Amino acid sequence: MDETPVLSLSQVSKAFGAVRAVREVSLQLFPGEVHALAGENGAGKSTLVKILSGVHRPDSGRILLDGEPVEFGGPADAQRAGVAVIYQEPTLFPDLSVMENIFMGRQPRGRLGIDRRAMRASAAELFARLGVHLDPDQPARGLSIADQQLVEIAKALSLQARVLVMDEPTAALSGTEVARLFGVARTLRSQGCALLFISHRLEEIFELCRRVTTLRDGAHVASDLIADITPDDLVRRMVGRELDALFPKQETEAGEVALKVRRLTREGVFTDVSFEVRRGEIVALAGLVGAGRSEVARAVFGIDRWDAGSVEVDGKRLRPASPTAAMAAGLALVPEDRRQQGLVMDLSIERNIGLAGLSALHRGPLISRLAERERARDWAVRLRLKFGRLSDPVNVLSGGNQQKVVLGKWLARRPSVLIVDEPTRGIDVGTKAEVHRLLSELAGGGVAVLMISSELPEVLGMADRVLVMHEGRLVAEIPRADATEESVMAAATGRSAA
Amino acid sequence: MTATATTGETMRRNGGRRLVDRVARVRELGIVVALGVLFGVTGAVNPSFLSYASLRDILLNSAIVAMLAVGQTLVVVTRNVDLSVSSVVGLSAFGGALILADHPGVPVAVVIAGCVVLGALCGAVNGLLVGAAKVPALVATLGTLYAFRGIDYAWAGGRQVNAADMPEGFLSLGSRSVLGVPLLALVALAVLLAVGWTLGNLRAGRELYAIGSSPEAAVLAGIAVRRRIVAAFVANGALAGLAGVMWAARFGTVDATVATGKELDVIAAVVVGGVAIFGGSGSVYGAALGALLLTGITSALAVLRVDALAQTAINGALLIAAIVLDRVLALRVAAALRRRRYHETTDPGRPADGR
Repeated sequence: MDETPVLSLSQVSKAFGAVRAVREVSLQLFPGEVHALAGENGAGKSTLVKILSGVHRPDSGRILLDGEPVEFGGPADAQRAGVAVIYQEPTLFPDLSVMENIFMGRQPRGRLGIDRRAMRASAAELFARLGVHLDPDQPARGLSIADQQLVEIAKALSLQARVLVMDEPTAALSGTEVARLFGVARTLRSQGCALLFISHRLEEIFELCRRVTTLRDGAHVASDLIADITPDDLVRRMVGRELDALFPKQETEAGEVALKVRRLTREGVFTDVSFEVRRGEIVALAGLVGAGRSEVARAVFGIDRWDAGSVEVDGKRLRPASPTAAMAAGLALVPEDRRQQGLVMDLSIERNIGLAGLSALHRGPLISRLAERERARDWAVRLRLKFGRLSDPVNVLSGGNQQKVVLGKWLARRPSVLIVDEPTRGIDVGTKAEVHRLLSELAGGGVAVLMISSELPEVLGMADRVLVMHEGRLVAEIPRADATEESVMAAATGRSAA
Repeated sequence: MTATATTGETMRRNGGRRLVDRVARVRELGIVVALGVLFGVTGAVNPSFLSYASLRDILLNSAIVAMLAVGQTLVVVTRNVDLSVSSVVGLSAFGGALILADHPGVPVAVVIAGCVVLGALCGAVNGLLVGAAKVPALVATLGTLYAFRGIDYAWAGGRQVNAADMPEGFLSLGSRSVLGVPLLALVALAVLLAVGWTLGNLRAGRELYAIGSSPEAAVLAGIAVRRRIVAAFVANGALAGLAGVMWAARFGTVDATVATGKELDVIAAVVVGGVAIFGGSGSVYGAALGALLLTGITSALAVLRVDALAQTAINGALLIAAIVLDRVLALRVAAALRRRRYHETTDPGRPADGR
């Protein structure tokens, strides 16, 4: 394409204190083209997005709109310039209706204030353009993440956005939802929109995008046409080293049954779920988002009540709805949403690691800061945590390192059963491999691991057995030898009982 | 879109809207029902409760709290709170009464306008502390609750303004009726309708809800969050100023302690009226009905000869009941949405990719 880019960044830099988050990065977005932004966590992608969206101002460098330099004083400026951002976790107003979320601050006005009828019609028209069904009157609370993203995209459309930035939009979506999002992205592309697409899933970049710009440690590495490179090339650009084994599951001998779930039912959520996990095994729980996998994990761990069935850990029945009992029995749960459920973001690394096992840190009635720090240091080394100081709050860490802290917090308790929910969601390739190595080592050390994952390569690479859920039921159990993308997906989508 | 919308889809959509509508309306409806029960039962025990004089008294008594509750709602929907309203009422009541007593030449309309401006200034102080200086509203307005009252005490210096000192034309505003309805109640009603319309139909009003619903999203949506929050506090202050003059006109005797402790009644009315204390939802109509209900209960208990001490406890119980009801409703909505989404994802008739 030899037209001028709609939006380009020229030698943009941004530092936070001593951390140079983005260093002299240039990027050009052309109309009618999907451009990928690749890089490990902490490479500077999010900062770049925030510069584009007007949240951060670059320290140096220029933003050019249609070749003319512009300055974004805030999100409103970027919005006016036609730049819209869809975040991984959309920021909607939960109490307000879908249509008000789209038109907030720009509601169509009639003689008597806001014209709701016109607003409803415009919202319906936007959804029709996107080819999706959503009720404009529904409150945003209760929408799935995929639907929330569609609301954001509809909003961008209503703003006549010419540049749409999607910051890891697929991380929380199921396969069909990703397909739907891609359909929408292609529609926008054909309407002349420039899209910047960020994803950790390489296959998505190769499926959707025409160009890719890679960042590493805040610096620009390369901009390539997708047609010119291979996924391996891209990984090399991202990590700056070769990654030989992404999924290093060691072969281990399966031991005693550590976790036994029998006929577990929570009405309206999941039904009649039975399975076992043995020591030394990694069992994957696969299925589409919404199939009830996380809900099973929550119930097993005692966060939610179950209506029928039983859970046994090491042969002992668990008291229902008691995380305390579950923890005492040797269960650990690393939740899906580490920011909300896994960590206390403002607390330090050492305090977070110490949190799940405070009783072991007591010296008399008080918590020993020394013991806490020792434990944190120990785990920071074992997990290869990248950090400044152990007293730093965890919110300064990158996503991958935050996940390691959550893992460390639970592993410090030496659990016999570890449940991990989407352990590598939103984590860069390098850290992902380390998390996988860690899970494999744990299994090797006799821990029973139940891994919920939406990433098929991870499921296939790591699991000794694959359990597949569909619509709240366990529909298949597939041994490692027979597990393929096709067999797992067939079961997950309910096409066959595999 | 219509071509692919199946009947199941339409039904589900309608079901969703019904559910939402019901929950949205049920709060105001619940208070109306409670009011009906209250008046029915008390009237049956003691018919004089339903007499014109008694009803008129209840309206008069609730007018000021209702107006304050309406103003408070403006602040609460933005996920803030204004504890200082009672002190603003006190300051405005005393200030207005003092001017009327010492400078009989000043027209009543000017005094009223001056009190509204005084209230707005107090509101601006709160708004700047919360919106610009980012002091949590609870702390900022707790501070101004004392500060404004302190100014009031210093100004009054122990003085009390009596009805005899104020012009008759002013005092009659507090007792006059138009078509049998107390003037003060009509003023409160006018304020209620104006604010209700603003919140529902103006962009600025909707933005207040947006700010309370998700402050982060409000910033990203380009809403002038700071300015809106300051505006909400200023409007609430102005209404408190107006309520202050109304207080002076209604009661005639005014000193520096006027309306002490009223802020809790106001917030109770707002919460009972179904305004979410964490912002984002609720209506001024609910808040005004809440004020009417709480006042009605106080009057009813007096008529039923319940100990005055028990009244406070009953108000407290009602407040807790309102909050429990809120929680239960929220949980039930969440459960309903959960079921709905579950059925949606498991509905084989749903087009797989939505296209």
